[in-house]
This record gives sequence, C-alpha cells and structure tokens, in this order.
Amino acid sequence: MLEIKNLHVEVDGKEILHGIDLSLAAGEVHAVMGPNGSGKSTLAYVLAGRDGYDITKGEVLFQGKNLAEMSPEERAREGVFLGFQYPVEIPGVSGLSFLKAAVNEVRKHRGIKELDAIEFLKFVRAKLKMLEMGDDLLKRPINVGFSGGEKKRVEVLQMAVLEPRLAIMDETDSGLDIDALKIVSSGINALRGLDRSMLLITHYQRLLGYVVPDKVHILSGGRIVRSGGKELALELEEKGYAVLGADAA
Amino acid sequence: MSATTHALHLDRFEAVKAGLPGDGRARADALARYAKLGVPTSKLEAWHFTSLKPLDEAALAPSDAKVAVTAASVAAHALSTSHAHHQLVFVDGRFRADLSRIGTVPQGVVLVAWSASKALPKDLLAEAADAGAMRALNAAYAADGAILQVPAGIALPAPVHLIFLGASGAAHARNRITMGEGASATVLETYAGTGRYWTNAVTDISVAAGATLKHLKLQIESGEAFHTAATAAQVAAKGVFDSFVLSIGGKLARNEIDAVLTGEGGNVKLEGAYLARDRQHIDNTTTIDHAVAHCDSEERYRGVLDDHAYAAFQGRIVVRPDAQKTNAHQLNENLLLSDRAEIGSKPELEIHADDVKCGHGAAAGEIDEQALFYLRARGLGEAQARGMLIEAFVSELIDGIADEAIRDRFMAAVGGWLYDAQGARRAA
Ligand SMILES: Nc1ncnc2c1ncn2[C@@H]1O[C@H](COP(=O)(O)OP(=O)(O)OP(=O)(O)O)[C@@H](O)[C@H]1O
Ligand SMILES: [Mg+2]
Repeated sequence: MLEIKNLHVEVDGKEILHGIDLSLAAGEVHAVMGPNGSGKSTLAYVLAGRDGYDITKGEVLFQGKNLAEMSPEERAREGVFLGFQYPVEIPGVSGLSFLKAAVNEVRKHRGIKELDAIEFLKFVRAKLKMLEMGDDLLKRPINVGFSGGEKKRVEVLQMAVLEPRLAIMDETDSGLDIDALKIVSSGINALRGLDRSMLLITHYQRLLGYVVPDKVHILSGGRIVRSGGKELALELEEKGYAVLGADAA
Repeated sequence: MSATTHALHLDRFEAVKAGLPGDGRARADALARYAKLGVPTSKLEAWHFTSLKPLDEAALAPSDAKVAVTAASVAAHALSTSHAHHQLVFVDGRFRADLSRIGTVPQGVVLVAWSASKALPKDLLAEAADAGAMRALNAAYAADGAILQVPAGIALPAPVHLIFLGASGAAHARNRITMGEGASATVLETYAGTGRYWTNAVTDISVAAGATLKHLKLQIESGEAFHTAATAAQVAAKGVFDSFVLSIGGKLARNEIDAVLTGEGGNVKLEGAYLARDRQHIDNTTTIDHAVAHCDSEERYRGVLDDHAYAAFQGRIVVRPDAQKTNAHQLNENLLLSDRAEIGSKPELEIHADDVKCGHGAAAGEIDEQALFYLRARGLGEAQARGMLIEAFVSELIDGIADEAIRDRFMAAVGGWLYDAQGARRAA
C-alpha cells in the first residue's frame, strides 16, 4: 500500500527527515511515535503533498504510484487522507457543503455516481451515528470556534466519510477526553479493513490500547530509530525516549 | 478641442432643460454650481484615490433614453419571483412602466416613479451648499427616479427593487426615500447595463424617529461602464439605516454614502463587498457623521482584487463635540489575488468628543495557504478551493442580509464573478 524508501525531506532549505524507510501493507495499522520536533508531522505533510515540503532524495510509492508526482487533491482522490494535528479554521465555509464537495470529487475520480444533497445527508448521518456525533458541528463554518477535541472528532468524521485507502492521523488522540477517545477509537477500529491502511501518529500508549497497531515506529531526529511490535509503545510509556537511545539527534 | 463628458453636459443643457420635470430654477442653479466646481480631481480630499479623467475623455452626452431594452435583459437582474417584491425599472435614467411591476402597498405608502407621479416633492432637486460636483450635475439633469414614502407606523412587507439599466450616454437618476416615524422597508437598487455608458445616480433618504430602512445596492454595471452614485441618509432618534453595497461591475465605479445621525439612539450600519479584476477601479467613499450623542455606527467592507484591479476605501467618521457616548467602528479587509492588484484604504476619524468608543482597522492579505492546503488535502481542486475561500470571504458579510431573495441574488452575483456559465473559474 505505502512504500517509503530512504526519504529525505527539506523544509525551507533545512533537511528535517534524513532517510526514512517504512513499509505499510494493505490493512495494516502502524503507529509512529517520537519526541516533539522529531519530524512526525513533516512526514505526514509530505505524504499529503503540502507545498514547501521537498523530497530531496528517496521516494514514496502509494499503491505503486509515485506520490511526489501528484498534487494534494490527486492524492486525496486516490485515497490518501491526512487527519491534521492542527485542523485549520476556515470561516465562511460550512462543513457540510465542503464535505459534500470533497466526497463528490473523490467519487468522480473513482467513477462512482456523485451524491445529491439528500443522498449525501443520509450518508453523513450514518457516519455521524457511528461516531456518536450530532450534525451541529458540520453546520458551522469549518473548525471555527471548535474546541480542540471537537476539531479532532470532525477530522475522524471526515475520514469516515471520505473512506480513504491510507489514513494518516496526526495526533488525533491529543485533546480528546476519555469518552471521546473511546468513541473515536472504536470508530477507527470499525474503519479498519483489508483495503485500508493507517498511520497513527501519537504520543500516547492510551490510544494504542484501544486501536492495537501491527507495528510501532519511533521517529527521532528525522530518523526511524526503532521499530517493533505493540509492546514497544508500552516500553516507551514506562521508560521514556531517552532509555531507547532515541533522544533527539 | 475634442468633446469631453464635461463639455457635452454644459453644452446640452439649454436644449434639453425645457423637457425636464420639476423646478427649472433649481436645475439652472445646479448646473451653474457644477460648472464652477468642474469635474472632481484627485486634488480634492474626497477624490484622493480616484481620477474621473477616463470618464471625462469618454465624451458621454446626456442620454436621450431611446434605447430598446427587452424584458429578458431585465429578468437577468430581477429577484426571484417566488418572493413577493415590487420592481421599478429605469432605462438610461427614465422609468419604464412596461418593464415594472408595482404590487399593492399598504394604505398611505407612495411608491412611484417621478414620471408617473402627479405631485413631485418640492425639494426633490435641493442640494446642500457644500454638495459635490457630481450631485450638482445630477440635480441639473435628473429626469426621473423612484419615490418611496412610507408613512409613520407602516411596515412595507415586500422589498422594493429598483433596477437601473444603462445603455447609452449619461443617465442621472434621482431617488427619494422617506421613512415616517417607526416605519420600515427594504429597498434594493440594482445598477446594470450593456456597453459604454455612465450612470450618475443620487438617492436621498430620510429615516424618521424609530424607523428602519434596509438599503441594499448591487452595482453590476457593464465592464465598460462608468458609475458614480451618491447616497445620503439622515437618521433621526432611534432610527436605523442599514446599508449594504455589493460592487462588482463597471470600468470605474464610485459608491459614495453620507449618513448623518441627527437624533439620539440612532444606528447606522454600512456594509459592503467589492470584487474587481482586469483594470477595474472601484471606489467606496463613506462618511458617517455623529452629530448627536448616544448613537452607534458600524462599518465593514471587504474586497477581493485580482489582476490589475484597484480599489479605494475611504471611511470618514465625524464625531461632533456634543456626540458623547458614541460607538463607531470601522473595518476594511481585502483579499489580493494578484500582486499587481492594489488597494488604497484610508480611515479618517475626526473625533471632537471625549467619551466615545471608536475604532478602525484595515487589512490586506492573500489567500490563506493553510486553508487552501486543508481543502485540497480533502480532494478539492486548487481552483475550486480558491473559489470556495474567496466566496467565503465575502459571504461572511452577505450572510448577514436578512432578506432571503436579496441574499440569494447577491451570492449569485458573486458566483457569477467567480465562475463562468460552465462553472469554470474565471482566469485570474
Ligand atoms: N519551515 C521550517 N523551517 C525550519 N524548520 C522547520 C520548519 N518546519 C518545521 N521545522 C522543524 O522540523 C522539525 C520537525 O517538526 P514536526 O512538526 O515534523 O515535528 P513533530 O514530530 O510533529 O513534533 P510534535 O510532536 O511537537 O508535533 C522541528 O524541529 C521543526 O522546528
Ligand atoms: Mg506534529
């Protein structure tokens, strides 16, 4: 599904990622952990195609296609989803109309009939129900005035609605209260499937207690310094990054 | 010497004056005043950002209003008929009964065009001693216009839509809106047309104590047209004057608003949006005069400028010595889509009282790259995402318009600016 090979990434002329190798098979869920500033969000942005994140060496293949050659919207339509660590507030654009436009762009790309307003509402309501959410947040302008937790829940909702093949969730668990974390986790679990892979960026073992990953990678100083099974997250929780020899390089 | 718009207006007066309604003396005085003032130049403070030279060089004579206009070209600008409203159409400044529809109005309400009226208000052409040249020229040449009088205590249920279509020469429409005590009404003025012409309109408004006028304007003139318009409003105690100007069309357009708060507890809200591209020049110049204490005013204008477009915003707020407890706030925000687009934004606060709350702000920025990426990361194409953000920027103001039909019309006009009939984004 996703093949990252010796990936070097520069931002503003400064190399942030110094050769990442990561291979995520279809249906797998991998966690990426690591100290602040280690390059986790940089990895997420470069996968989603943000301007200014330049691949200087190495490559990223998504379903065999070179991601670097695709615009952000092409990646999204192909099935890449980025759940933002800091979802952007967009005044004046209602969440519902935005999401409907997004869903229909993806459907158009996949050659599926676009949804009209009524079909879309029905579709969204089912997803809202799964995540135990009301539709009030979607009626408001995107993320404007949402609490930290609300923003994250809406990111998960968008993922559920867009049904991506690769979901990169950047600290989606940060800022969620205990109940919301449970609901969001069970939502994520419900969306796990053979044709959907996930990269969960997180600081906390707590999320991984609910959404059990197939693999855990530890990113430090722009490199993956360790990879292992789900136990690695527990070990990290107990001992901290320093013990793993993974203090920021 | 080649003809100029100015010279043509001075020359033609003798020939046409006999055919113009109302007080001939007042007209002759107005023309004399205009001749003395001349075409405003950017040396005048109020015309600092805008030169009328292109208008003068366009050599536009007063229109004889003999152009053919079809019902279809009116329909393009009409409000949705699923909402009751009154429609008065003027072509080159003259009323066209055949294109108009005036429904029944509550008893005592006068809604009529000059040319269909038996008794014109006596002071229709009256001008303040310090009125500008464009108003004076309008007073000299005004041949027609709408008159709306809503007597005390009456709420006019359906909005009034005045449509001014330009096609040739210069048209000088002059409207008068008089709101009695506690009366309320909504009036939309639409200015549109085809080809090269000049609209020089005046709307005089008086809002009596406790009355409310929602006054909206859609300036969607042809790309070759010139538009200069002056709206003057007097607002008595506890009166409300609520204005929204959406300016999209014209080669050169100037929207001038002068509002005076003459009674305590009055409220003036001036809002507006402008969208310009190519070499369009759009000027919004406003004055809010707090003549007495305990009044509030709020002003918010937002602009979107592409290509070589130029926009001017001048917001003058005067707080007279007696106008204590004034609240006056002004904000002008601009979205620049091209690095060749330019905005001249100038607040002018003249505050002569000490116990007041006044503030102003101006900003110019580009499309928020983070927001753009967020939308694109969800699958929206770049052009669509940009369009959505531009639309959002102005819709935040337009959403506040209470009348649904007018709100829809305004959003459709913004959509028409952004997208062509095939739904493709117009080139930046
Ligand atoms: N435009 C930039 N110019 C220079 N350095 C940058 C730029 N953008 C990011 N960085 C640096 O890149 C490093 C990685 O940042 P990144 O946001 O990827 O970290 P992170 O692992 O997501 O951290 P956190 O856990 O705090 O979210 C940081 O040291 C950051 O300061
Ligand atoms: Mg981060």
